[in-house]
Amino acid sequence: MKSYDSIQHVKGESKFVDDILTPEGTLYGYVFYSTSAHGKIKKIDFSDALNILGVRAVILASDIPGENQIGNVILDEELFASKEVHYVGQPVALVIAETKIQAHKGAKAIKLEIDERQPIFDPREAFEKGNLIVPPRIFSLGDVDGTWKDCDYIIEGRTESGSQEHLYLETQGCFAYPVEGGSVKIVSSTQGPTTVQKIASRVLNIPMNKIEVDVPRLGGGFGGKEDQATPWAVMTALAAIKLNKPVKLILPRQEDMRVTGKRHPYSSDFKIGLNKEGKILAYEVVYYQNAGAAADLSTAILERTLFHAANSYYIPNVKATAYSCKTNLPPFTAFRGFGGPQAMFVIESAIHKAAGVIGVEPYFIQKKNLLKEDDEFPYGQRAENCHALKSYDDAEARYDLGNIRKEIDEFNSRNILVKKGFALMPICFGISFTSTFMNQASALVHVYVDGSVGIGTAAVEMGQGVNAKITSAASCVFSINPDRIKIQSTNTSRVANTSPTAASKGADLNGFATIDACNLILERLKKVAADELSVTDVGTISIQDEFVCIDNEPTKLSWNKLIQLAYFKRVSLSAQAHHSTPGIFFDREKSKGKAFAYHVYGTAIVEATVDCLRGTYEIDSVKVVHDLGKSLHPVTDRGQTEGGIVQGIGWMTLEEIIYDLKGKLITDALSTYKVPDIYFAPKEIQIHFLEDEPNPYGPFQSKAIGEPPFMYGIGAYFAIINAMKTFCPEKTIKYNAPITNEKVLMWLHSND
Amino acid sequence: MNREVSFILNDRIISAKLNPALTVLDYLRNNLHLTGTKEGCREGDCGACTVLIGSLQKNSLSYKSVNSCLVPVANLNGKHLVTIEGLNHNGLTEIQEQMVDEGGTQCGFCTPGFIISITNYFLQNDHYNIDSAIEFIGGNICRCTGYTGIKRAIGNVITVMESLPSERKNRIELLISANLLPRYFLDIDKKLEKLSKNILNKNRSEYKVNTRHIISGGTDLYVQKWEELLESNYEFVSENEDLRQIRKKGNEISIGAAVTVEELQTSSLIQEYLPFLYRNLKLFGSLPIRNRATIAGNIVNASPIADVTNILIVLNAQIILASKKQERIIPVNQLYLSYKKTVKKKDEFIKSIVIKIPRKYFLFNFEKVSRRIHLDIASVNTSIGISYKQNKIIEASIAAGGVAPIPLFLKSASNYLLGRAVNNNIVKQTAEIALQEISPITDVRGSAEYKSLLLRQLIYAHFIKLFPDLVKIEGLV
Repeated sequence: MKSYDSIQHVKGESKFVDDILTPEGTLYGYVFYSTSAHGKIKKIDFSDALNILGVRAVILASDIPGENQIGNVILDEELFASKEVHYVGQPVALVIAETKIQAHKGAKAIKLEIDERQPIFDPREAFEKGNLIVPPRIFSLGDVDGTWKDCDYIIEGRTESGSQEHLYLETQGCFAYPVEGGSVKIVSSTQGPTTVQKIASRVLNIPMNKIEVDVPRLGGGFGGKEDQATPWAVMTALAAIKLNKPVKLILPRQEDMRVTGKRHPYSSDFKIGLNKEGKILAYEVVYYQNAGAAADLSTAILERTLFHAANSYYIPNVKATAYSCKTNLPPFTAFRGFGGPQAMFVIESAIHKAAGVIGVEPYFIQKKNLLKEDDEFPYGQRAENCHALKSYDDAEARYDLGNIRKEIDEFNSRNILVKKGFALMPICFGISFTSTFMNQASALVHVYVDGSVGIGTAAVEMGQGVNAKITSAASCVFSINPDRIKIQSTNTSRVANTSPTAASKGADLNGFATIDACNLILERLKKVAADELSVTDVGTISIQDEFVCIDNEPTKLSWNKLIQLAYFKRVSLSAQAHHSTPGIFFDREKSKGKAFAYHVYGTAIVEATVDCLRGTYEIDSVKVVHDLGKSLHPVTDRGQTEGGIVQGIGWMTLEEIIYDLKGKLITDALSTYKVPDIYFAPKEIQIHFLEDEPNPYGPFQSKAIGEPPFMYGIGAYFAIINAMKTFCPEKTIKYNAPITNEKVLMWLHSND
Repeated sequence: MNREVSFILNDRIISAKLNPALTVLDYLRNNLHLTGTKEGCREGDCGACTVLIGSLQKNSLSYKSVNSCLVPVANLNGKHLVTIEGLNHNGLTEIQEQMVDEGGTQCGFCTPGFIISITNYFLQNDHYNIDSAIEFIGGNICRCTGYTGIKRAIGNVITVMESLPSERKNRIELLISANLLPRYFLDIDKKLEKLSKNILNKNRSEYKVNTRHIISGGTDLYVQKWEELLESNYEFVSENEDLRQIRKKGNEISIGAAVTVEELQTSSLIQEYLPFLYRNLKLFGSLPIRNRATIAGNIVNASPIADVTNILIVLNAQIILASKKQERIIPVNQLYLSYKKTVKKKDEFIKSIVIKIPRKYFLFNFEKVSRRIHLDIASVNTSIGISYKQNKIIEASIAAGGVAPIPLFLKSASNYLLGRAVNNNIVKQTAEIALQEISPITDVRGSAEYKSLLLRQLIYAHFIKLFPDLVKIEGLV
């Protein structure tokens, strides 16, 4: 099935927020931001801005009719800074003008006087000063303290993993216009239309039913538009209502990079204990999460870090402690993996370091400790349909690990300046929002009298192919050509109280809801058909390939005729259904429960080549065995896997976020913040999906795909350092990601 | 301030009075509401706004890809502008079809730019392979797919193209028959010919300075201050034939100020006489950037990490500075005073660059390390030129970028090499001397310590590459 969205994309006909034809008289916004990381606002002088030709208004905190509060989980974030500023890039005012350029000039003319305070940027420093977003969280299993004495090896260490810019190609943006009676329509590039609606309601002080949020599609999200699309949408709506005009606000790239949150950097301490056989007996870890200046989604991300502390391994004694540390940087936010990758980097570093001490390949420790069926996770859930070992063994055999090892050894003995290395990266990722209540979705399905089908759900299409999957599911239920089906824009007036499209759950939740709604209509249609065909047992009726069948034998009653018939018989051709994931729960007090509907497993083998003279490297190949269930749309699932891998590699290698000493981002453009380009992407990506492993918890036996493959990228870090180790085996390894060219060269050749 | 601009946009002729400094991107999106061309970064680093510009050269129609965020509409005069909308016809083109089928598109924001760049690859080449295709899309960033689906799609189009009967068609006819281009492309050359007859091209005469404000490629100016450019009176010289010539006079090559990096790379004169120039510029920007960026721009921008300048220092290039009254010649390494400051006076502009053709035994190497290998600015770059005769160095010149406020000629290190034979000790000494000459700072491209270490390594790399038999790796690194 060709995806409808893909067809629009290749023709350049997909409409993103900035592509929507705006009415004449539309005004444009430009945000004025704090240039100070921490301080008290002494004065905001915008008189010069108002004198600039075309500038219509400067909107400040004092112009907000409702609450100046955009916090979603914790109420700790203002839309516009009113008394204090907490990071460079915090919005202080919105300038509205007749053109973008005039608005920009207006923003440049605003003067902000700040009584500077000492900022904090380091999470450990924030921790020491007691600046925590929430009290510490602890997950534990068994008895760590009592186990150290039984360990033959105890290895301790520290890891750092860096931030990451989402770099969705479409920057944040919104278009809003007033409608009658004080209502407003907001077209936003958000993953969470209900979040925008809810917070706009709070800020504008109007009920949610007067706010319609419409999301046509996103030019990439990756988590960056889960909560952080909200401020731009809300301030645009505020301006639209205040000036009674359509208003558009699109962040220029550099601004988007400077002011929006990114992946959380983590600094972590680990202690791992093993016996002589390489079995991990105990693992203790402390995570210092750099949360930035407000909670945003940090607490949920912190929790997922704890959930994935032990990655794919069964460790009988675990103690994982996590601190969400408040600093003066833009609030860090959701990013593909949502804290999971940060946890996995620490456990893989611990295993790598332990392997070095014991004198074995990490492979031996990994393999010995992989999860098996019914093993207990540190949060009490047991592994079910566990494919950790299966995917690991399959990868080893399918890609001939023995030969990879041999070829690399031979290459390294032949070459002095260029070295190769490899690493295995197993993953295990839990599927569900860890806040149980969020695991719900609705779908609204209309069959129109011409036989076409329109579907509205809570899912936002952002490139992950959720529309194609829902189309595929609906076309299966009705047994009609997918071309008849159109997935409508995500709209709060069609589907209310939606969870954001996140946590890899978009297709699962909304797919199930769609299937249920389609089935409601299908049952009605079957009755109409039975009636028309004078069949008494409705159970013998089915629709197959657009024709009504009796006992699987096609009749002449086509889909189109059936729909007409149903309409004239005054049978409803619309249905709404609600789905909630069954059987999951999580007790936050005890940190135990069945938090996830299921887990996704897989293993990657990553190979890299390092030029030890120049300190540069290439990723040669990524070879994966991945647990996918039965695919709803194979082109999409393959693409998500490949794309996730490359993004994960980027996080571990190239992509480095650097702030200056005053907290200003200096990697604030594509010329300074480098993401993988086509040359940097691995020369070879091979993916094998585990066969005959259906998933009873996914729609039509499918599995979530969005986030898990990202974590294969962690293997690139270890492949690179393994190559470096053959060049200078005596040097101490640092677990400090991303491993940029600079770090490689300094490590290989500096004298420390 | 507005000027008349006449060109063909996809299949229709347009004649409009426009602010000449307006970018093609803004014109398309805001004035014409053709929104298939996307704004991703406004600095030529993402390729989402890639379009094709076709022009008649010696009566044949040729296209090049450019970043529409960096091209003023002034440069559209007499040209054929092709946007994604101009590739659409009934159904999908072969490239579009393969991109859909192979998962070459996910969120779709970068996709039109990729389709344009891939189409350009098939417009420019008659032998195909995936590696050469990648050079054409190296300037397009995709954050979703990991490029794997895009590579598969290109591979499939190559297969289709290779299976075509090799009739003698011109490229455009061939691409139309293979469903890579819509039919209207057949008449574009005739339409352009007619159009250019109607346009009085004043630029054909010898270039005279009329204003202090000149924009040629604009690949830096449009990044730095596109809003300001809209309000100033600039002269757009990139179409000026006189400034676009590469000529050989005796044992010298003269390169006009408006010659682009791509024109330099593909010039047969350069390939024959200055092969190091064309071999080493593949890492300069991306194809759409190289199609616009000029040699003079790279020099006058005075960036300490300019790649071309670095090479020109080692080649001892001479810069011809012209003003209304006079012309003067200075060696490129005497152009720079301090960070972003040159000896060029305000009323002067670079007219051309003159390079002496090196002798046969001249050896050259260029090294560049950046955060990402392609489409990135160097942390450190360095060039070396050595004349080596009878086991002795008789001439030597080393330049280094990113290690001082200006593109640096490493005078002491270069002098040290004179009269010496190459061995490990000499290489180490050269590097050591070089490190005494530099003053790197810690910035976004690396720490000062890193840049010093990197320069040392790259000097080693020069010698390892140029004298593989004389330098022993074991004792060096």
